[in-house]
Amino acid sequence: MTQTAAVELQRDARQTRYEHPSRWTLTVRYLRRNKSLVLGLAIVIGLTLFTVVGSLTIDTERRAYPLAVKPKQPPSAEYPLGTDFFGRDMLAVMVRGIWQTAVIGLIAGAIGTGVGVILGFLSAYYGGAVDTVIRAITEVLLPIPAFLILVIIAGSIDRRSVTIYTMAVIVSLLAWMGPTRIMRAQVLTLKERMFINVARLSGMSNLEIVFKEILPNMLPFILASFVSGVFAGIFASFGLSVLGLGPLREPLIGNTIWFAQQQAAFFNGWWWWPLWPSLALVLIFVSLTLINVGLDELANPRVRRTE
Amino acid sequence: MRLGYLVRRIVFLLAVVWVAATIVFFIPRLSARNPIRERFAEIARSTGFAPKDLDQIIAAYEVKFGLDKPLLEQYVEYMGGVIRGDLGPSLTRYPKTVLELIFSALPWTIVLLMLTTLIAFALGNLLGALASWPRSPRFVKGLMAPLMMLQAVPAYLLGLLLIFFIAFRLKLLPMGGAYSQGVTPSLTLEFILDAARHQVLPAISLILASLGFWALGMRGMGITIQGEDYVNFAEHKGLHPRTIFTQYYVRNALLPQVTGLALAFGSVIVSGVLVEQLYGLPGLGGLLGDAILKNDYFIIYGITLFVILSIAILMFLVDLVYPLLDPRIRYESR
Repeated sequence: MTQTAAVELQRDARQTRYEHPSRWTLTVRYLRRNKSLVLGLAIVIGLTLFTVVGSLTIDTERRAYPLAVKPKQPPSAEYPLGTDFFGRDMLAVMVRGIWQTAVIGLIAGAIGTGVGVILGFLSAYYGGAVDTVIRAITEVLLPIPAFLILVIIAGSIDRRSVTIYTMAVIVSLLAWMGPTRIMRAQVLTLKERMFINVARLSGMSNLEIVFKEILPNMLPFILASFVSGVFAGIFASFGLSVLGLGPLREPLIGNTIWFAQQQAAFFNGWWWWPLWPSLALVLIFVSLTLINVGLDELANPRVRRTE
Repeated sequence: MRLGYLVRRIVFLLAVVWVAATIVFFIPRLSARNPIRERFAEIARSTGFAPKDLDQIIAAYEVKFGLDKPLLEQYVEYMGGVIRGDLGPSLTRYPKTVLELIFSALPWTIVLLMLTTLIAFALGNLLGALASWPRSPRFVKGLMAPLMMLQAVPAYLLGLLLIFFIAFRLKLLPMGGAYSQGVTPSLTLEFILDAARHQVLPAISLILASLGFWALGMRGMGITIQGEDYVNFAEHKGLHPRTIFTQYYVRNALLPQVTGLALAFGSVIVSGVLVEQLYGLPGLGGLLGDAILKNDYFIIYGITLFVILSIAILMFLVDLVYPLLDPRIRYESR
C-alpha cells in the first residue's frame, strides 16, 4: 500500500487524492451504504421544496383560509388537489399545513431535547441529590401517557386563542423525560472513559470538560434525540388536533383531517379533502423514522455488524 | 427479597397515580375557564334558553359539585373520590356519573384493544423471531423494512387510509360506526356479526401500527440470543430445529418483550382512543371525542384518570406475571 502510494505520489498528484479521499467523497460513500438516512433526508428535502416553492408561487395567506375559492371541487386543472367544504384551496392548505406542522415539530423537538440535555447532564455529572430528584421526577412522569395530560392542558385553554406556537409549547411540556433519561445514561458511560480522566488530570475545569470533551461526543445522540423529539411533537400535536383541540383557525394538517371528519368527507364523497393531509403526514412520519434509523447506524457502528 | 421489590413497585405505581391525579386536578383550575358557565352559554346559543338569574344557577351548580369550597378541601375530596372510584358527575348528561359512562363504554374498548394487542403481540413476535432465525426464508427478512415504516405511522392515519381504500373505494367494509344504523344492540348472533364487521378496519389499523414494534424488538433479541452457548449446545445435541426455535429461542427472547408489553399499554390506549374517535365507536375514545366537542370537562378528566389508573394496574400485573415466565427472577434480588 504505502509503496504504491509513494510511487503514485511521485508520478501524479491526482493519485494522492485517491489515497486520501476528500471529506465529500467519504460522505457520499457512507451515504451509499446508509440507505435509510438518504431516503429519509430525500423525503424531507422533497417536502421542504414543496412548501418553499408552494409558498412562493401560491397566495397561501389567502387561499389556505375559508371562503377563498369555490368550495367542494374535486381535483382539477384549476385546483390540482381540489377544494374543501369551507372554500379553501387544498394545495394552499397543504403548503401551509406542512410548514406549520414542521414548525410545531421543530420547536417541540428543540425544547424537549434542550431541556433533556441540560437535566441529563446535571443529573449524571453532578450526581447526588440533584440526580435523585431529577431521576425521581422523570421516572414517575414517564409511565403517564403524556398525550392524555396534553388533552387536559389543551382543553383548559380557550380554544379560540390557541396558536401554532402555544400548540408547540403545550406539546413540549411533557417531551423532556425521555431525552433526559437517554442523556443521563450517555453521560454516565462517557464520564468513566479514560479521556475524561486525562482531561481532569490535565487541569480542565468541570465546565470545560462538559463542553469540550463530553458534549462533542454526545452530538450523534443529541441529534437522534432531536429527530425523535420532532417526531413525538408532530405526533402529539396531530393527536390533539384530530380530537379538535388544535388551533382551529389554522390549516394545520391535523386540523384539516379533523374538519374533514366532522363534515363526514368520505360519506359525502369528498375523498380528496382528508386524503392529501393523511398522505403528507405518512410521508413526514416515515421520513423521520428513516432518518432516525440512519442516525442510529451512524452513532452506533455496532448495529452495522448485526445486519 | 421479592416482597421488598413488590412493595417498591406498589409505592412507585401509587406515586405515578397520585402525581397524575394531582396534575389532572390542578391544571383545569389554573385556567380561567368555567366549564359550567360555558355549558350554559352553549345551551343559550343553541336553544335560546337564557335565564336572567344565570349567575345564581351557576353558583347553585358550583355548590352542588363542591366547586365553591377552598381549593385544598376540593383537592382532598377529589383524591378521596379517586380512591373510592368516584370520578364525579357528567356535565352534559348530569344524572349520570362519569364512572357510569366509562363503564358503559368500556366493553367496546376492552374487546378491541385486547384483541388487537394480543394479535399484534403474537404475530409481531413470531415475525421478528423468524426474521432473526437463520433458517427462515428470505421473504420474512424482507418484511422487516415495510413493518418498520408501518410502525412509524399512527394508527389513526392507517385507519383513515383504510377507510379510503377499503371502505370508500372498494366498499368492502363499513366506513364507521359500531353497528349498522337502525339495529338495536342485543346479544343475538346477527348483531354480534354485524358489530364484528364494523370492528375489522379499526382492528386492522391498530394491528398494523403496532406490529413493527414487536417484530423489530423481537428480531433484536433473537440476534443476541443466536450466539448464546445454550443455543449452540442444543444444536450440537441434535435437537429438532423446531424444538430449538420454540423452546430455546422464542422462549428466551420473549421475556423482555413481556416487559415491553407493560410499557406499551400507554401508547396502545392512546392510539386506541384516537382510532375509536375516527371510526365513531362508542368506546372510551368516542366518549372522549364527544366530551371534547361538548366541553364536558368532568368526562375528560375522568377518562384521563381512569386510563392512567388502568395502566398502573396493568403494569403491576405484568410485574406479577413476569416471575412466572422467567424462573430466574425469583432468586434474584432486584
